[in-house]
Amino acid sequence: MARYIAKRVGLALVTLVLLSMIVFAAAQLLPGDLGRSVLGRDASAEAVAEYNHAHGTDRSAVVQYLDWASGLPRGDFGTSLVPPEEPVWDVIRPALLNSLKLAVFAFVLVVPFGLLGGVLSGLRAGKALDRGITVVGLSLAVVPEFVTGLVLILVLSIWAGWLPVTAQWEPGAGVVSQIQHLTLPAIALTLVLFGYVARITRAGVVEALDADYTRTAFLKGLPRNTVIRRHVLRNALLPTIAVVATQVGYLLGGLVAIELLFNYRGIGLTTLEAAQLKDYTVLAAGVLIIGFTYVVVTLVADIVSALLNPRIRFEASE
Amino acid sequence: MSSVTVGAERSEASAARRERMRLLVRSPSFVIGASVILFWVVCAILGDRITPYDPRFDQTPEIGAAPSWQHLFGTDRLGRDVFSRVLAGSRDILLIAPLATLLATVAGTTLGLITGYFKGIADDTISRVVDALLAIPLILLAVTVVAALGSRSTWTVIIVIAAVFTPIVARTVRAAVLGEADLDYVEAARLRGERSPYVMFSEVLPNVMPPILVEATIRLGYAIFAVATLSFIGFGLQPPSPDWAVQIADNYQDLAFEWWTVLFPAMAIASLVVAVNLVSDSVQQVLER
Amino acid sequence: MTELALELRDLDVAYRVRGIDRPVLRGVSLEIAPGESYGLVGESGCGKSTAALAVVRYLARNGRVTGGSISVAGHDVLGMGGGALREYRGRSVSMVYQNPGAALNPSIRIGKQVAEAFAVLGASPGDARSRARAALAKVHIADPDSVMSRYPHQLSGGMQQRVVIAMALAKDPSLLILDEPTTGLDATVEAEVLDLVSQLQAELHTSVLFISHNLGVISKMCSRVGVLYAGRLVEEGPVETVLRDPRHPYTVGLLRCIPRGGVRKDHGRLDTIPGFLPPLGMEIVGCVFADRCALADARCREEEPPSIPVGGQHASRCWYHERAPELPREDAADLDLPPVERDAAPLVQLRELTKVFKQRGHEVHALTEVSAAIWPGETLGLVGESGSGKTTLARALLGIVPPTSGATLLESNELPPRYQQRSREELRALQIVFQNPDSALNRRHSVRRILLRSMKKLAGVAGAEAERRIADLAHRVRLTERTLTQKPAQLSGGLKQRVAIARAFAGDPKLVVCDEPTSALDVSVQAAILNLLVELQAEKRVAYLFISHDLGVVRYISDRIAVLYLGRVQELGPADVVFDGPHHPYTEALLSAVPTVDGGGRDRIRLEGDIPSAASPPSGCVFHTRCPRMLGDICVTTEPPLVEAEDGHHLRCHIPIEELRRLQGKERATA
Repeated sequence: MARYIAKRVGLALVTLVLLSMIVFAAAQLLPGDLGRSVLGRDASAEAVAEYNHAHGTDRSAVVQYLDWASGLPRGDFGTSLVPPEEPVWDVIRPALLNSLKLAVFAFVLVVPFGLLGGVLSGLRAGKALDRGITVVGLSLAVVPEFVTGLVLILVLSIWAGWLPVTAQWEPGAGVVSQIQHLTLPAIALTLVLFGYVARITRAGVVEALDADYTRTAFLKGLPRNTVIRRHVLRNALLPTIAVVATQVGYLLGGLVAIELLFNYRGIGLTTLEAAQLKDYTVLAAGVLIIGFTYVVVTLVADIVSALLNPRIRFEASE
Repeated sequence: MSSVTVGAERSEASAARRERMRLLVRSPSFVIGASVILFWVVCAILGDRITPYDPRFDQTPEIGAAPSWQHLFGTDRLGRDVFSRVLAGSRDILLIAPLATLLATVAGTTLGLITGYFKGIADDTISRVVDALLAIPLILLAVTVVAALGSRSTWTVIIVIAAVFTPIVARTVRAAVLGEADLDYVEAARLRGERSPYVMFSEVLPNVMPPILVEATIRLGYAIFAVATLSFIGFGLQPPSPDWAVQIADNYQDLAFEWWTVLFPAMAIASLVVAVNLVSDSVQQVLER
Repeated sequence: MTELALELRDLDVAYRVRGIDRPVLRGVSLEIAPGESYGLVGESGCGKSTAALAVVRYLARNGRVTGGSISVAGHDVLGMGGGALREYRGRSVSMVYQNPGAALNPSIRIGKQVAEAFAVLGASPGDARSRARAALAKVHIADPDSVMSRYPHQLSGGMQQRVVIAMALAKDPSLLILDEPTTGLDATVEAEVLDLVSQLQAELHTSVLFISHNLGVISKMCSRVGVLYAGRLVEEGPVETVLRDPRHPYTVGLLRCIPRGGVRKDHGRLDTIPGFLPPLGMEIVGCVFADRCALADARCREEEPPSIPVGGQHASRCWYHERAPELPREDAADLDLPPVERDAAPLVQLRELTKVFKQRGHEVHALTEVSAAIWPGETLGLVGESGSGKTTLARALLGIVPPTSGATLLESNELPPRYQQRSREELRALQIVFQNPDSALNRRHSVRRILLRSMKKLAGVAGAEAERRIADLAHRVRLTERTLTQKPAQLSGGLKQRVAIARAFAGDPKLVVCDEPTSALDVSVQAAILNLLVELQAEKRVAYLFISHDLGVVRYISDRIAVLYLGRVQELGPADVVFDGPHHPYTEALLSAVPTVDGGGRDRIRLEGDIPSAASPPSGCVFHTRCPRMLGDICVTTEPPLVEAEDGHHLRCHIPIEELRRLQGKERATA
């Protein structure tokens, strides 16, 4: 088991290093001449050179990467390229906190519904209820979330007037107000993610129902509910952990369109604005932090499912 | 004699294909999905010829008019007919999404075949890079690359989406190839002295076509998703394209007053992605039975 | 009078496929008396497992009983509602099936799973646990407490099956159904499980329905047997009578297909059953076997024969049951097997092949200094249980797995260790027929394409010449022109294996590795494939390295046999000598473990425990941990060399051959 965890952690570290290289290459090298890109076509060659020298972008790519990467473990992402040139972390931190709030809220909504839908669907595999859940779930999953969000705003907020249009609450608003503001985007996210969670859960349930050990349990004379609770669900829900985890990764970073639509200052919107303003250091930091979260959450999920799965847990002791 | 047998071979194979087609055509979700897609394709091809008004320029003095018999979906704040714009709005996305999907499928299949077949260091390296790429949400990755390139032309959007999807396709293909490469027919091919490209493309590839096809239809759905999202956040198609997401981006701030300028294009996007998803789902059901 | 343990009356079961009910069991009637063990045999697809699942009311979703009745210990099974059904499953009937690993829940500890079987009968948690412990002890699990705290994957296959049996017997059921309970287990483990079942049955007087495709197992385990064909019970009677004096042409054919009683390839072809099983749910008028029966006439095709008593409890559904034993035999004459010339140089020599795999930081010794030679036209049989290194040896020979040390010589020239480095000539010379024809043939290619490509790469011919040679090859392996145009999925298992054989022979190989080529096939198909291999050998003087766990098959086809245990050759010699003895103690145990149709003959030699792991093989003689004839310390400390104890007969044992002869001969005489 220790061996398994060590291997997983090692792989995750390698992935993180590669991730930082990719982000650096995409956000800092791809733009080419940074000074020209920031200052624009009309700036003089001297001004560009001076800008590049001041920001260290006249050095070789390797040196720049090492310089940038060595700051990362300390949380030093450099400074923003856009006046007032604050440290990147100060720009990112409040956005990250906002994203976390929305992610937790949406997560709390989607997981129970998704699991329930998947279990119901799996237990009635092939029946109308199953087809209904599957088709509706997957259809909602592929509709872009800004479309779902728009319809929700129109119906629940503009026409019915139940919920605020934007997700951004007034400064100093209480928890209740914050939750009210976050409800619409959270529902939109739930609709989008429901299909994934339900589909994976359903697959696990169907597989466990067909397994020989389930037959063994039925033939012991156990009541159907006991068999399902004790034998089917236990094995069926294990693989869903990993999938649910990847959705957490998505919830924490992939919400650009939702945050834009609801005018919610999360990390997605912050990163998007950095891209619009060509604030490459903030852009790189935003993407890197989102990727980092994804890798860590996936790692934790892997380890948790291993801990719950005796086949992996006892591998080393054989 | 041999032409007769070749004919027989064809007929056996085509019988299987006919059976699959028959199952597809009998599936209601396929029929509905395919009809919707067909409708939008026809709109894209005919374009301006079927729209009652010019979708790009205003031709009416009525600005921001609510839906009426004259303007079924109303007009926007520049006085353009929303119905005409919705009909015309499928063209760009139906060009970009399939092209990007095709590119990603070809590139991803090649990459997946190579990594799955050779395993070893090349596979480990590429798999790690793919893992790292997949850690970045696809829209943000696309935004980063588009921002860095500084160009927002149609081709940039196509290439960026194709590039972002390639590792995803590669991962699916790799998993399928790993399952195949352990089978004895691959060993038998090697034992008669076949070279790796032959084994990969002539022996293994035909056997992993079903998952590739399924993946391609799923990717098509997401390509539409991605183009629409990119356009909505300003990194995809640009005005004055009548693209649905561009229309939404233009108008959603006025949702409270001119909801028709947003709701109808939104419905159009939803209809297209759901249709693609229905088709993809039924193709999957037929191929995997 | 006591009630019957099981009574099936005219049972019909059908599966609904594409909207049509397709009958799988056709009017099956049988009775099992209390304490009796009844065997149900038949080839795959005949409906054996369907019968078992119908009895426990666990048919697949599309299956249903369309007629007849089932009663167990006087209870009408088909009429039960939910609560009664649970009660019935909980108390009256139990089932054990193939693949015990899958029958246990992977994420629940053994103790809890076994206790559950008691808890459902109303035992308190503590009581259920202590009864679970007792149940495990009863199935000879030495350390029940430690086993109870484990998860299924931590136990060996034999142990898992014991646990399943313990659960099945928990409630002292009126009827125990065993559905291929030892298929997939190694011979020595199978023997242990079978012994255990017999012993428990004798103790508990449980009635048993034993389902198997293996007539040997049925003959060992059962007192009465029913033969199922295409969903119809065609013959039934006491085991000895049915196996000795079968009265249905199908049973007669089935028994003749099995290579047994020391029959060898130079004695002639094996009998086969021509034709195919009727497809699932086909409408059949008359006798179900008529299409494949040499005795069938117009009456058989029109009129369904009833179950006709043929003496005692023996009954047969054949109009001509008195003529069944005279079913025409296969023509035995024309096989011309030239003797193997051992004066000439060997075709292939294996020199001290050693293979060590690295696995999770452990070294796994798959092969240790294996040496052997194969002459042209000869078959070397390779036997041993799982983990013995049979497959690794074959793969090393072919160059798929390069050996850690040692060399392979083809006609006295050393072969490169990897196939990639071998020339076309060398590749052509060594080919393989795999165990599983489904995975061995590319599903997307037609048979013609498969053969054409091999012809091109191995024989270097293409175009019209290749077409001509393929027609010839297809004719030799009895594939029709139509088969050539089909894809593997459209062919039966036997036909697929013929295609695989044709592919191996496309380039006129000198040696073909046959890796369990018939173990995925039914016995009637197996016989035809063995005949084909022998014919090809007679004609082309090809050599075979033939791997099999079925000793009857190995004896039939092999000239010499090598016995492997933990990667070492323990015994190597002419087939008859290896089978007749004196044997290596391991060979002796292996031979005695296999239940044969003829029954009796040998005393069972029990082997203690499981096969040790190749990652940490025992010291000294690797077999000493299980050897019933261990001499003493020398076996623990020193590995005996492989020596030629008599002409051509090599043994790896500290016991002198004369002593082995005395020990084994004496016991045989008293047995």
